Amino acid sequence: MNVIETEGLTRVFTGRPDPKNKLRRRRHVAVDRLDLTVEAGESVGYIGANGAGKSTTIKMLVGILVPTSGAVTTVGLHPLKQRRALARRIGVVFGQRSQLWWDLPVRESFSILSAIHSLSAADERSRTAELVDTLEMGGFLGTPVRQLSLGQRMRAEVAAALLHRPELLILDEPTIGLDVLSKQRLREFLVTQRREHGTTLLLTTHDMGDVERLCDRILVVDHGRLAFDGTLDGLGRTVGARRELVVDLATASPDLVDVAGAEHVRSESDGLRQRLAFDPQRTTAARVLAAVSERAEVVDLSITEPDIEDVVREIYRATRR
Amino acid sequence: MAEPERNRRLSHWQALVDTRGRFRAYRAVLASRGRSQASHRASFRMDLVGAVLVGTIEFTELWVLYSATDQIGGFTLAQIMLVFGLSDLAFSLADLAAGHCDNLPVYVRAGTLDVFFLRPQPLLAQLMTSDLSLRRIGRCLVGATALTVGLVINDIDWSVGTVGLLLLALVCGFVIFTAQFVTAAGLQFFLVNGAEMTNAFVYGGRYAATQPASVWPRGLLVVFAGVFPVAFAAYLPVSTLLGMPGLAGLPTWLGWCAPVAALWAVVVAGLCWRWGLRHYRGAGG
Repeated sequence: MNVIETEGLTRVFTGRPDPKNKLRRRRHVAVDRLDLTVEAGESVGYIGANGAGKSTTIKMLVGILVPTSGAVTTVGLHPLKQRRALARRIGVVFGQRSQLWWDLPVRESFSILSAIHSLSAADERSRTAELVDTLEMGGFLGTPVRQLSLGQRMRAEVAAALLHRPELLILDEPTIGLDVLSKQRLREFLVTQRREHGTTLLLTTHDMGDVERLCDRILVVDHGRLAFDGTLDGLGRTVGARRELVVDLATASPDLVDVAGAEHVRSESDGLRQRLAFDPQRTTAARVLAAVSERAEVVDLSITEPDIEDVVREIYRATRR
Repeated sequence: MAEPERNRRLSHWQALVDTRGRFRAYRAVLASRGRSQASHRASFRMDLVGAVLVGTIEFTELWVLYSATDQIGGFTLAQIMLVFGLSDLAFSLADLAAGHCDNLPVYVRAGTLDVFFLRPQPLLAQLMTSDLSLRRIGRCLVGATALTVGLVINDIDWSVGTVGLLLLALVCGFVIFTAQFVTAAGLQFFLVNGAEMTNAFVYGGRYAATQPASVWPRGLLVVFAGVFPVAFAAYLPVSTLLGMPGLAGLPTWLGWCAPVAALWAVVVAGLCWRWGLRHYRGAGG
């Protein structure tokens, strides 16, 4: 079954009248004829620049915004006509807005949400216990939400969205502002949650670490249109992302500009460290290394993966051309 | 049927037959609001005292007015006390139940409203049960006291009819004022900083309701007896109760028509709310 299905989904915002021409209102196409299909159990990263249309898409998926045209079904339901039924089957975490009651202890927010989702007393107990355990929230269950650190609050928000065991979890910028350790913990939890409950994940993020660790499919949206749909590797291939071989040499050497299949990027410390970029489709790291070794003695080496943010930027550039 | 699907349906049925029933969600929120306010005792007491003071001052204003004249619009001070008490009690109760609808612009800006969309309850029901301002009980006390005194000092022909009329007026007044709050909330979806404008008729309407409508110019009469029918909350039922001549030549029994006015207010509120919500969701309107 498809968890998310959109066909020609479009959202146009009409703003205030144009100051130059009073009769015309400014039109902004936030989402432009978007065709999406997400199957049950998938984990999808929905990425794009600010204002690319990510949040607008999510708002249409959950029934907050009405599409200008096109069709959308989420877990088989019509988000506008069946909003309340849909709310029982999906969980949403908006990084910037809270589901919790700021003046109440975390525990009480959970029990109110259990009432809101009509969980039975036994279900409420077991589900809360499970989430408190896996998200390590025992230490701050009795703390009012307003006193929580951002990392603690985010864990509580995720738990709040998962209390009613939704089939689809939508996360809008879940790791924004979190420190490395909190991010790591949250990602691990989400991976486990998906493995154990088969929860479908859709997340928007600016953090490429989220995408690399959580998503097996990536959708890149640009100006409301789908610019890319595929795996992380595929994204790299599409824009020809290159790997970089960094070699530390025994002695200062001239720039290695004549290595076949590789391009010299730059040298540091008078040529003690040199960076060479190569396309993994055309050559291999071993061949490049062999060629380098013929010219100088290699003491140490490392290979860096393509920076996804650059990759996404590259996609924008390619689609705008 | 797939296992999770069957479980979901089962739990849905269990929820329906659960004796704690469908109002469990609202009760849970309201109870938590109550507890939260009870935990700040000092501030709660101060709010309470403040509300009583404001109410008392507003009544004093009427009293000063009557020290210059015996009658205003055919009503003596004793009689106007009934109007004041009845409308103030109805308004304060409505304020207790729905006054926080005023917070809608804050909810919109903070994104709380979007969170309401993610919960399986109707939005308006969630908004109305999102808070319960217990400190407004102070204001209810002022209204109840004025009403009690008014009932004692006036010469009332007590019967089942008069008791029924009083109860009817109180319930309809409550509904009318609650509807005003919802109407204002619906309009605030359009008016970004529209609280000033909507306050003008919500709180202006409350003030108008404490006065004899017979002194109003025709324009005000159309607004507060017709469009926002607050005259039906107290003035008209009290006129009927005391057998006063009707407003602008209208029959004395007009006070019994309060339910019609309440129904009208509810319809207007419902339309405004739906219209506002459509606008918020970007469906036009």
